Amino acid sequence: MGSEVNAGMLTARVKLVRFRAGSPPFGLDVSLQVPAGITILFGPSGAGKSTVLDCIAGLVRPDSGRIVAGEKVLFDSESGVNVPPQARRIAYVFQTLALFPHMTAEENVAFGLDELPREERSARVEEILKALRVEKLRGRKPAEISGGERQRVALARSLVTQPRVLLLDEPLTGLDAHLKAAIVDDLRAWNAAQRIPILYVTHSREEVNALGERMIAMDQGRVLSEGTPMEVLDAPRHKLLAQVAGFENLLSGTVMDLREADGVMRVRLSESDCEMEVPLGHAAPGDSVRVAIRAGDILLATSQPHGLSARNVIEGRIVSMETRGTLIRARVDCGVEFIVHLTPGAARTLELTVGVRVWLVLKTHSCHFVEE
Amino acid sequence: MDALLLSLRLALCVSAILLAGGLPLAYWLAYSNWRGKFLLEAVVALPLVLPPTVLGFYVLLAMGPRGPLGKLWLAFFGHGLAFTFEGLVLASVLYSLPFAVQPLIASFESVDRKLLDASAVLGAGRIKTFWRVILPLSIPGVVTALVLSFAHTMGEFGVVLMVGGNLAGVTRTVSIDIYDHVQSLEYADANRMALVLLAISFSVLSVVYAVNRHMGRQISRRLWTPWAAK
Repeated sequence: MGSEVNAGMLTARVKLVRFRAGSPPFGLDVSLQVPAGITILFGPSGAGKSTVLDCIAGLVRPDSGRIVAGEKVLFDSESGVNVPPQARRIAYVFQTLALFPHMTAEENVAFGLDELPREERSARVEEILKALRVEKLRGRKPAEISGGERQRVALARSLVTQPRVLLLDEPLTGLDAHLKAAIVDDLRAWNAAQRIPILYVTHSREEVNALGERMIAMDQGRVLSEGTPMEVLDAPRHKLLAQVAGFENLLSGTVMDLREADGVMRVRLSESDCEMEVPLGHAAPGDSVRVAIRAGDILLATSQPHGLSARNVIEGRIVSMETRGTLIRARVDCGVEFIVHLTPGAARTLELTVGVRVWLVLKTHSCHFVEE
Repeated sequence: MDALLLSLRLALCVSAILLAGGLPLAYWLAYSNWRGKFLLEAVVALPLVLPPTVLGFYVLLAMGPRGPLGKLWLAFFGHGLAFTFEGLVLASVLYSLPFAVQPLIASFESVDRKLLDASAVLGAGRIKTFWRVILPLSIPGVVTALVLSFAHTMGEFGVVLMVGGNLAGVTRTVSIDIYDHVQSLEYADANRMALVLLAISFSVLSVVYAVNRHMGRQISRRLWTPWAAK
């Protein structure tokens, strides 16, 4: 398409404090590097994700920092550079999409191309409408098309300007998984040719898995960790990440002893006799720690198992069982309560009901040591 | 009929001037972050609370041969401003200012800020954003502003009396004419003029409310979409 095929890396260092009436001040202090391709910005609502995007787009002025897209300095508090949003060439798809309600889909898409000669403009509009499969909707207004179509039109409107960077703020919320996947595929296909940095904000685990190339996790205005989604989500070293990343069991305990040679430590869970072996972490005997375990990583046995490699076998009693779609969520009281996921078939075969005595089996490496 | 034509001419001039000047003023009042903005807002709203005679009195002083406006006008055009049609237009513009500016501010402020952000990140400067996004979404406010300033100017009395006096064909508007007729006990003439004014006012307002209702429904339907409702 355009001449600038590789717009290069986006780097953003942003500091900002906002004082809000009736609540503690909100501070943002992040440093991001976004290479070409999709990078997910992940975190709970209120983490400051949208504010980061607003700063990059130039809609919010940081107190200090430096934002550079490729070679172009967009903001630098030291040298006083602050390129206005209309000159940044950073496309931004808002959560609300913000399509112009009084314009047709085609007029919306052409909005950012006013300076181009008429023929080039209509050629580019045509091309992007086709790429996002919305060419049939060109004459319709936003209120007259479906949610998924609106999201496609909003994407088209941003992509057609050939931006340096693309910012997406939860653009696919409210769509079903099918539609989401289809739109993501089209976005990927488009970016295969463009190779620009795309920063994709979401708090949905599902979207992380679908998009996952790189991921930055944020909370309370700070970057918690970054890497591939596997790295960030599967070994959450932070309590909050453990909660958002789907660790149903988050147990507190005390470190008993460290066995450096084996790479493990023993943790006694609070208010119980349960002791567990977990991978070695930065802790000393006597420290309070948390252990995160996925409900799906726990095995259930109806008699005491022998001859297993798993190091943690804990006896307990089923307190409740709840069916959620094709999944059964059992609560097991072992002194502390564990949540265990199992399939309806397994529950039938083992004749599991409330009150049954069970043994939980946990591999050491299914237990994650979490920093407070 | 002279008086009626004069009133119509005056109202048209005033509405046109108020629209041209009201758009930038309302834009500034709606979007500026200046701390002292409230002062200007208060000034714009003053004619709502001041008796027309007070406003008229000060405008008359300013327009008089020794007033700043009067002097300036004399220097440029070679004649005074008080008791002329131009003077009447100027006074009426001030008097009807809030009726034009406030509906504009209200409709500008009701435009979703995210649309302005979207326009900016798509490369549009303030002027393009105003003409392509803000104004088209504020049409009902523009119509209301036009009609209110027209109707308000048609019906004004106190300011005209203070500033314009009562010169046939120059400053004798319908309302003054009616007053004259009543003073001279010519009730039939007064009634004729009053009825015409009543009929004009009623039909103009009916048309406007009908148009606005239609447009308003269209606009609210456009804005009321599932993603906004969520």
